[in-house]
Amino acid sequence: MPGEALLKVRNIDTFYGSLQVLWDISIEVEAGEIVAIIGANGSGKSSLLNTITGMIHPARGSIVFGDREITAWDPFRIVDLGISQVPEGRGIFPDLSVYENLKIGSYNRRARSLMDRNLEAVHGYFPILAGRKNQLAKTLSGGEQQMLAIGSALMSDPKLILLDEMSLGLAPLVVNELYKVLKEIRSRGITIVFVEQNVRRTLTEAERAYILETGRIVLSGKVEDLREEEKVKKAYFGA
Amino acid sequence: MTVFTDLATPAVMGILLGGLYAVIALGLSLIFGVVKEMNIAHGDLVILGAYIGYVALTVFGIDPILSLIVGVPFLFMIGFAIQKLLLNRAFKISMDATLIIAFGLSIILQNLYQLIWSPMSRGLTTSYSLNSFTAGCVSFPIVYLLDFIVAIVVMLLLREFLRRTYLGIAIRAAAQDWRAAHLKGINTGRVFAFTFGIATALAAVSGVFLGLTFPFTPVSGISFLIIALGVVVLGGLGSIAGTFIGGITFGLAQTLGGHFFGVAAQMLVAYTMVLVVLAVIPQGLFNR
Repeated sequence: MPGEALLKVRNIDTFYGSLQVLWDISIEVEAGEIVAIIGANGSGKSSLLNTITGMIHPARGSIVFGDREITAWDPFRIVDLGISQVPEGRGIFPDLSVYENLKIGSYNRRARSLMDRNLEAVHGYFPILAGRKNQLAKTLSGGEQQMLAIGSALMSDPKLILLDEMSLGLAPLVVNELYKVLKEIRSRGITIVFVEQNVRRTLTEAERAYILETGRIVLSGKVEDLREEEKVKKAYFGA
Repeated sequence: MTVFTDLATPAVMGILLGGLYAVIALGLSLIFGVVKEMNIAHGDLVILGAYIGYVALTVFGIDPILSLIVGVPFLFMIGFAIQKLLLNRAFKISMDATLIIAFGLSIILQNLYQLIWSPMSRGLTTSYSLNSFTAGCVSFPIVYLLDFIVAIVVMLLLREFLRRTYLGIAIRAAAQDWRAAHLKGINTGRVFAFTFGIATALAAVSGVFLGLTFPFTPVSGISFLIIALGVVVLGGLGSIAGTFIGGITFGLAQTLGGHFFGVAAQMLVAYTMVLVVLAVIPQGLFNR
């Protein structure tokens, strides 16, 4: 169904106080897609994700998820609807156990009854979390914490999952493993949007990408086309 | 042997009394640990619990402990409303704003109690509140034992609630990182209101047992707020076990201080210990 996007972000402007961080941003994500948002530090990637999940509300523009306009919704209602964000810095609770971090992921009404099923799925993706059930989250390694963060997001039974700088500070082997799991998650029908600084990697893992610069979208399209784009080559591959 | 027999009674009484202090401090510690508000009105809410027991006893002839069936949900609702309608709006402005509101609330409550119940000293005198318990060389009022048993029950219930239920885990999550809690679908405003409600429900329980143990007046809340602060300083914030041990330490300091230096000096001894702990180990005696 072309044109029937799961997420439609239309012409949003977002401010932190009087500082504008997003300028007329429009993106669309179709169900089942894996889409990347690429940009340097401070380009507005995280602000875009935070605007989608209701952590900040845009001054102008609209955000539609499915057939609901969610522009002014509170974040906890948006989670209920099926959008789950793994924020930069992971957003797990250091003094809760691994199990409690996963359980709290299924806090929303819709996910509670599915908790056992989703927990089994998460343990399937990340077996190490099953073995560390009773450990406090802060005692996990960086990679394990990121797995826990993704696992907890999956516990909310999302239709769309937003990942902010998932690979930041992690060893390449761990990052490979995480991307492998993302593919699996996606194959089970969950739509994925992820934000990264690493352009080369991102353009191999996603299907489509938007490139942000200082709060504006400067390029977008299929990753094959973006790889060929002169501007991308110059700016990011130094060719 | 005589030294031991002399010490046994104040030591046991201090430990038992510590249970009451721990329950009073638990509500204060819960609100501070989760919502990061210093509820200056907590002592006055405890006294409200005592007055509810007093009304039950003198007007309706109902045992004050039994009156908790009404008192606990009533104070829960009051606490829920205070956080939801007053403090949730204020703490978006600043933490100082919540402190000032709680202070105002404290003054309003004290004056309200004076209007309704007069400044006279009241107590909850029941058939059992004057009885003593004697075992060997130790003898103490039976209500002290009740204070301690209730403390244990309340603390175990609170611990299990915070560990096992969705709301309990959500409270702990919101305490650690409220932004991340939002992303988990937790309505933190509502969770904070629940937390405040649970803390005032605890005030209802501790108020009735306080009334069975000590006489109280409309302004007694301040003294018990200060004791609760002392307990929190001793035990360290944010842990139930720490609050319990803090309560017992404070109770022991009071009764043993009274034993060695005279009743007039018992609070001086307890507060001096709090000050020393605050100066030397400000994170509390039992915090990690």
